[in-house]
Amino acid sequence: MRDPVLLTAGTEEHDLTRLDEYRAVGGYAALEQARGMEPQAVVDEITNATLRGRGGAGFPMGRKASLLARGTGKPTYLVVNADESEPGAFKDRDVMRFTPHRLIEGCLITAHGIESESVFIYVRGEYAHEFEVLRAALDDARKAGLLGGVTIVLHRGAGAYICGEETALLESLEGQRGQPRPRPPFPPVNGLYGAPTQINNVSTIALVPKVIELGAAEFSKIGAESAPGTAVFSLSGNVANPGNYERPLGTTIRELIYDVAGGVAGGRELKGVIPGGSSVPILTPDQIDTPMDYDSIGAAGSFFGSAALIVVDDRCCMVQLALRAAQFYMHESCGKCTPCRVGTRWLVQLLTKIETGEGEATDLDLLDDVCDRMLGKSLCALGDFAVYPVSSYLRKYRSEFEAHVAEGACPFHGESSIEGILAPVDQHAAHGLEQAAVTT
Amino acid sequence: MTTFHDEVQKARAKYPTRRSAVMDALRLAQGRHGWLSPDAIREVADALEETPAYCHSIASFYDMYHLEPIGTHMVEVCTNLSCALAGAQRVLDAFADALGVRPGGTTDDGEVTLRAIECAGGCGRAPVVVVDHVYHEPVRAEDVPEIVARLRGA
Ligand SMILES: Cc1cc2nc3c(=O)[nH]c(=O)nc-3n(C[C@H](O)[C@H](O)[C@H](O)COP(=O)(O)O)c2cc1C
Ligand code: SF4
Ligand code: FES
Repeated sequence: MRDPVLLTAGTEEHDLTRLDEYRAVGGYAALEQARGMEPQAVVDEITNATLRGRGGAGFPMGRKASLLARGTGKPTYLVVNADESEPGAFKDRDVMRFTPHRLIEGCLITAHGIESESVFIYVRGEYAHEFEVLRAALDDARKAGLLGGVTIVLHRGAGAYICGEETALLESLEGQRGQPRPRPPFPPVNGLYGAPTQINNVSTIALVPKVIELGAAEFSKIGAESAPGTAVFSLSGNVANPGNYERPLGTTIRELIYDVAGGVAGGRELKGVIPGGSSVPILTPDQIDTPMDYDSIGAAGSFFGSAALIVVDDRCCMVQLALRAAQFYMHESCGKCTPCRVGTRWLVQLLTKIETGEGEATDLDLLDDVCDRMLGKSLCALGDFAVYPVSSYLRKYRSEFEAHVAEGACPFHGESSIEGILAPVDQHAAHGLEQAAVTT
Repeated sequence: MTTFHDEVQKARAKYPTRRSAVMDALRLAQGRHGWLSPDAIREVADALEETPAYCHSIASFYDMYHLEPIGTHMVEVCTNLSCALAGAQRVLDAFADALGVRPGGTTDDGEVTLRAIECAGGCGRAPVVVVDHVYHEPVRAEDVPEIVARLRGA
């Protein structure tokens, strides 16, 4: 039997960007049903279905809704996080470009549940095509009278990973630089424009229509007990058939890599798999029987993150991989707090030193030390995200780091699969120097 | 034809506060001028009743606003993990060779800017190249001469 599909249901046979085709597969019936229910009953259904956030932390959506401040005299906002920028993640993009109405329907049902009349969808700036598809779908829904007094505003980002962090996203939406806010207060109490705000990921919201359609009891039968439903798993890196695959939560990493995505490309040896996007600790081949659900991945020492599995084969130098990840987080650090602003820079410097063969044995301990000094000490989770790749590669592939020091060179001798990879941070530096040279 | 001022007022109307329209306004200005010169920033500030300094502080925070002139065309090659593992560096090198420009630079005739970028959200069809905001996925080094020829209008 085919696995049950929820988010991608109907996409093989229909063009679900079209309103009539979406309706032909039962689209917007759940909205009608929800609007016939008391708002609290809609939230209860989501709570009973244990719909957990698909954006990163896996927080139950219903519980978040129950934290919304009531009777403040301010509007309640629903904000959809469509800023998807985690390296390895590309699931929300497909929701927007292939099933935009499922997202819109999810917004409208959720808005009814939390009694909100104002929805903002923050779409990452680079997703220009997806933005247009979503805009066209929204126009169609509006013309068909489906919005029912709810306003949905599409907001475009402009290229900043940190704006995926929910409070940075709110700042950005308010026209500020995207720098995270200290918490508490949390968004359900004091969010967008100081008003109670529900924030969820695109894929979380797009699952809401299926929760209502199936009902909490049926929905809960799919997936893992602690995390019902499906997720769209994004497989990339050294895998034979990369792409997005919707499967029940709790599908093992082994099944995803070998049964679903055809195994390691070229039949090579698996070196590791980063299970939730570049910000989470790597898992080694002996850990791939771990089921992909929040609690199991947590028990294995990593995070479910955005269900983005990056497969790494034996040709990759782990110091280079750590360096490239560290360069990303340095580039994206908003600079608001010291451990992250300074720490990301140190990580890049130390890793560069080790990769170029200039490292000393004490540098590995220093690297550990910098990780310790950053972890849990920053204002937002980016400070931790910068640490996880480095600390986990160092712990799990330490001999490779040591070999760099012992040999005074990269042991791959220029043969690593990501040899010489140029990060945007270096390009800015090189470009700046070049320009300085030209003008003097 | 709608004026820039009208477009910005339309964006302002979407939000409860005028500041929320600053990103839209900057994008609109950049669309008209190609980049955000000090004059363009001033236009944005006037349309939003903000200070140029404020608008500049926003523009400089985000990667997609250009505070220096860029080429008529832009080629962006993702070099983040998934694309790196799929051979992005060879693609970037191929563009650098074909265009005769280093990543981060613009060709002498001002036609094409080449950049390495962070994850573009196309990791499943890596390596990803974005040409004038349109995704090409995947792109192999062999595909580069044709893409460059098309850009050059050959
Ligand atoms: C640095 C950083 C980047 C993030 N990027 C995203 C993102 O691109 N998309 C997303 O949905 N959540 C992202 N998150 C998580 C959000 O802060 C938030 O937890 C999520 O949007 C909540 O939605 P959910 O409960 O439906 O998962 C990010 C968090 C951090 C710390
Ligand atoms: S941890 Fe980094 S990204 Fe987060 S607030 Fe601090 S400096 Fe900014
Ligand atoms: S790593 Fe290149 S598109 Fe994601």
